[in-house]
Amino acid sequence: MTLAEKILAAHSGKKRVSPGEFISARVDLVMANDITAPIAIMEFERLGIKAVFDPQRVVMVTDHNVPAKDILAAEQAKLLRDFARQQGLVYLDCGKFGIEHVVLPEQGLVLPGDVVVGADSHTCTYGALGAFATGMGSTDIACAMATGEIWMKVPPTIKFVYHGRAKKWVTAKDLILYTIGDIGVDGARYAVMEFCGEAIAELSMDGRFTMANMAIEAGAKVGLFRTDEKTVEYVKSRARRPYQVYEPDEDSQYSKVIEYDVSLIEPQVAFPHLPSNTKGISEVGEVKIDQAVIGSCTNGRLEDLRLAAEVLKGRKVHPDVRCLIIPGSQEVYLQALREGLVEAFIQAGATVTMPTCGPCGGFHMGVLAPGERCIATTNRNFVGRMGSPKSEVYLANPAIAAASAILGQIGGPEEVVDKK
Amino acid sequence: MLRGRAFKFGDNISTDDITPGRWFHLRSNLPELAKHLLEDVNPDFVSQVKPGDFIVAGRNFGLGSSREHAAVIIKMAGVSAIVAKSVARIFFRNAINVGLPVLICDSDKIEDGDELEVDLKGGKVKNVTTGSELTSGKFPEVMLSIIDEGGLIPYIKKHKDFDIS
Repeated sequence: MTLAEKILAAHSGKKRVSPGEFISARVDLVMANDITAPIAIMEFERLGIKAVFDPQRVVMVTDHNVPAKDILAAEQAKLLRDFARQQGLVYLDCGKFGIEHVVLPEQGLVLPGDVVVGADSHTCTYGALGAFATGMGSTDIACAMATGEIWMKVPPTIKFVYHGRAKKWVTAKDLILYTIGDIGVDGARYAVMEFCGEAIAELSMDGRFTMANMAIEAGAKVGLFRTDEKTVEYVKSRARRPYQVYEPDEDSQYSKVIEYDVSLIEPQVAFPHLPSNTKGISEVGEVKIDQAVIGSCTNGRLEDLRLAAEVLKGRKVHPDVRCLIIPGSQEVYLQALREGLVEAFIQAGATVTMPTCGPCGGFHMGVLAPGERCIATTNRNFVGRMGSPKSEVYLANPAIAAASAILGQIGGPEEVVDKK
Repeated sequence: MLRGRAFKFGDNISTDDITPGRWFHLRSNLPELAKHLLEDVNPDFVSQVKPGDFIVAGRNFGLGSSREHAAVIIKMAGVSAIVAKSVARIFFRNAINVGLPVLICDSDKIEDGDELEVDLKGGKVKNVTTGSELTSGKFPEVMLSIIDEGGLIPYIKKHKDFDIS
């Protein structure tokens, strides 16, 4: 069995599971946020069940529209807070925590070998830890909150092997953008993407979260990494409960094996309006920008901010560009502050905001006007994603976004860093 | 048997196309949110769609967000089923869970405005306008029962124990 099949078999009380089989799996954690929880709570109440299956395994996060941007957003957040208090759930509010997919691993709430379902498509981020984690809608989440179980069709696994050593400025974001550009936005539809190879072993946990986060952008159910020493080191001081590590069998059956030589990959930019519409940075041409966003559940971790600071420190954001930097959590924010990154950003003319999903979904704090262009370290560039349907979003890694903010047009860090 | 008109869409229609983020302040007011359904792709869709009509799409319909609002407001608009070459997985679950059927078949054989007849149990899509018939894979029993009950919540309430294995 593959890693995914091993985890699912263990959670459904079976010796073996195979792709295509329907199972009912026990879940280790259920999550919802201020966008999706209101419907989940409404559906939960329709079920007529009084209490969730286990309050310590149900997490509510407010991160999309907080601090409340208007009265309706305030009402939604209140709905969550009231429900969480009444049920005694794990409740992660703004000011103390941050973006769900940065915070849940940080807080040791998701662990290797888990089955996690979340009412957010980027729940697949936790695959970085070796957890079978996947996004679902509010009704599925309501039923999982009630029963602690979820029905699933066992997905096939596609194995992605990354060989070689990445060049300077080529990050986990570039590997996943390159992969999506190669296989398309439905290239892994309904499948597990299992990431391995020596270039993957080299990646930090922050980098692995970035890659797993965007598995959904290839249509995948899960983006899975094998648990190694780096994973164990990461969860050691964070885990709030015991966990179990699973390994794929030697004779695992993969539906496909795709291999890349990362030494041939350059930093990638995904052009509007699909994450698969990628080009190498050398092929971008002249694309002027109005805004740069560095942050999100994809690239809002400490390593991302360090990379952005490496480019921005001692330089100035272009007069025609607004540069927004959004630490993914209060923990990341505080560490960035201690390391002097926040000061470097502010002196460069960038705005540093509290953790939020706001600009990425076009909700608040960085919405685009018609005709505006934004380079973002986020995960989606669909029509109207960050505001006006006549605006454009380009996806890239934090170094490219920072360099572009300085240049006023999309460009690589060597265009600014080497020109001291 | 479902019967209605086909509204044709292309490949990769995202959840941001179906429910644009800029209208998300209406998310607790689903009838209002439904007025903006697919407006960036076909501004006339909401005013022209009638109860029973179909959304006919290409590949990977509903990619992106897990927002269930997308499936809910399509159902609210009166659409009786989605017919597509393929559907993104979270959207597929959401559609079944809210009682909106999804049929997978070669939608190239359907033009905008064609009259369709859909047999869910038999997995057949008949194009009344051209006389051709398309076959879609049969629904697993459990999904047909969920749709028959009007969605996952009524299904679980009726069956109590959700044991499918």
